[in-house]
Amino acid sequence: MVVEVSILDFIHYVIAGAGGGNDIQWCFSQVKGAVDDDVAEADIISTVEFNHSGELLATGDKGGRVVIFQQEQENKIQSHSRGEYNVYSTFQSHEPEFDYLKSLEIEEKINKIRWLPQKNAAQFLLSTNDKTIKLWKISERDKRPEGYNLKEEDGRYRDPTTVTTLRVPVFRPMDLMVEASPRRIFANAHTYHINSISINSDYETYLSADDLRINLWHLEITDRSFNIVDIKPANMEELTEVITAAEFHPNSCNTFVYSSSKGTIRLCDMRASALCDRHSKLFEEPEDPSNRSFFSEIISSISDVKFSHSGRYMMTRDYLSVKIWDLNMENRPVETYQVHEYLRSKLCSLYENDCIFDKFECCWNGSDSVVMTGSYNNFFRMFDRNTKRDITLEASRENNKPRTVLKPRKVCASGKRKKDEISVDSLDFNKKILHTAWHPKENIIAVATTNNLYIFQDKVN
Amino acid sequence: MSQKQEEENPAEETGEEKQDTQEKEGMLPERAEEAKLKAKYPSLGQKPGGSDFLMKRLQKGQKYFDSGDYNMAKAKMKNKQLPSAGPDKNLVTGDHIPTPQDLPQRKSSLVTSKLVG
Repeated sequence: MVVEVSILDFIHYVIAGAGGGNDIQWCFSQVKGAVDDDVAEADIISTVEFNHSGELLATGDKGGRVVIFQQEQENKIQSHSRGEYNVYSTFQSHEPEFDYLKSLEIEEKINKIRWLPQKNAAQFLLSTNDKTIKLWKISERDKRPEGYNLKEEDGRYRDPTTVTTLRVPVFRPMDLMVEASPRRIFANAHTYHINSISINSDYETYLSADDLRINLWHLEITDRSFNIVDIKPANMEELTEVITAAEFHPNSCNTFVYSSSKGTIRLCDMRASALCDRHSKLFEEPEDPSNRSFFSEIISSISDVKFSHSGRYMMTRDYLSVKIWDLNMENRPVETYQVHEYLRSKLCSLYENDCIFDKFECCWNGSDSVVMTGSYNNFFRMFDRNTKRDITLEASRENNKPRTVLKPRKVCASGKRKKDEISVDSLDFNKKILHTAWHPKENIIAVATTNNLYIFQDKVN
Repeated sequence: MSQKQEEENPAEETGEEKQDTQEKEGMLPERAEEAKLKAKYPSLGQKPGGSDFLMKRLQKGQKYFDSGDYNMAKAKMKNKQLPSAGPDKNLVTGDHIPTPQDLPQRKSSLVTSKLVG
């Protein structure tokens, strides 16, 4: 049968085949964490991040701990799956503190982890809680010196008078030890709670953002920080919006964006002035005033903003949708994807149980063709920007044998529920997927449920 | 992805909505939800995104405890019970004096994460 297609259709078909989100068959790979339902607060995962090569995957939790997984080298014989992620290092990054001066309890929860690009044998990451950012060095030690003249092997000192010959200490191999040490502590620069950190493409500076201010740091300097955005009103009674997320542009070291609780994104250029209170661009989708309700502003609050790898687009996540913005167009997003529109008729109860304030994150795949975000009932969603198809998957230990293809899920908004569909009222709103991450190069994703980390990958034939 | 027309549940409609002639797709459910909320909490302010809500967000983590106030209150009360924190232990305002029992225990998390093995 001969089918007539236009050149454009043909190109779309080819692109879709080359990694479209829904032509990928996602398979369960691994799950980390406790099986029991009784979740200790400290075990709640609060951030997930791949490093620049994708070889390392870091998680942070409410207990202030960081766990880093490393992908094992591909086994050339077992070519049916990519390497598994195994524990590489774990450490206590932050501890609970109490600010006696302000009567403030400072949680140890890790809000964000951001990796630095690798410059030498060691790995570096920034981790932050509400108030303090720390630069951690993770290094490997696989040899140790032996044969000291004045020390025994166990460390005890030898009596110098018993030394009759001299020898040169040599390095001998030892079991791999991975050590994490805090190299810099960037403290006391934030009155409000830090929600974002972002490393500049110059690899020398980074920004940290709290509810009302954004600061610029140099990675080497801990006793000084420059304030580059300050939206605190002179009179706090006039406060109408807060900063919800901020990120540096992936290529332009002078450009960053920050999102607000009112659904706007401001792009700032640090070359324009020292204090970037006046934005260079303001991205806002106009709202029909007749559509306004009590919930409008709350659900328009942006919980995450992420630049595409190309730097041409940025993605925002608000309560019900994901929007893709072209940096060249401020007046509306170029693409909008509904994550769970069926929740619009549940906003009253979602307000009462505080779920309406949940902060979902979003992420791009390596080629910027697919975006992913989480939802409730341990569901997560992927949207293919080229084919315009979307898929809902579930992170669950049931029916998850390695290399089993995940079954798409469907939520029935109203009316008769089909077989295999779940009705909105049956959704478990305590099972939320707020944090997801996509490997920078491969189709491997990390999805965090409340206290478990799932790793999925595409089916490799 | 095509927008599905939300199936209107007649039971959720209030008198307000029936008079609303401007039917926007997907909006009526939101308005119906708003009506539900206002019915439950009539005193809810007009500007939900305004000062009160944001101030509460900025003040997260604030736990006021003054040992002087606490001991004075204890001395005054003597045999009477100290006023308890009430259901919302996190909201400390006005005359309520926090007691050590009200403040959540500082937890120690020097235990290895369960994600490790």
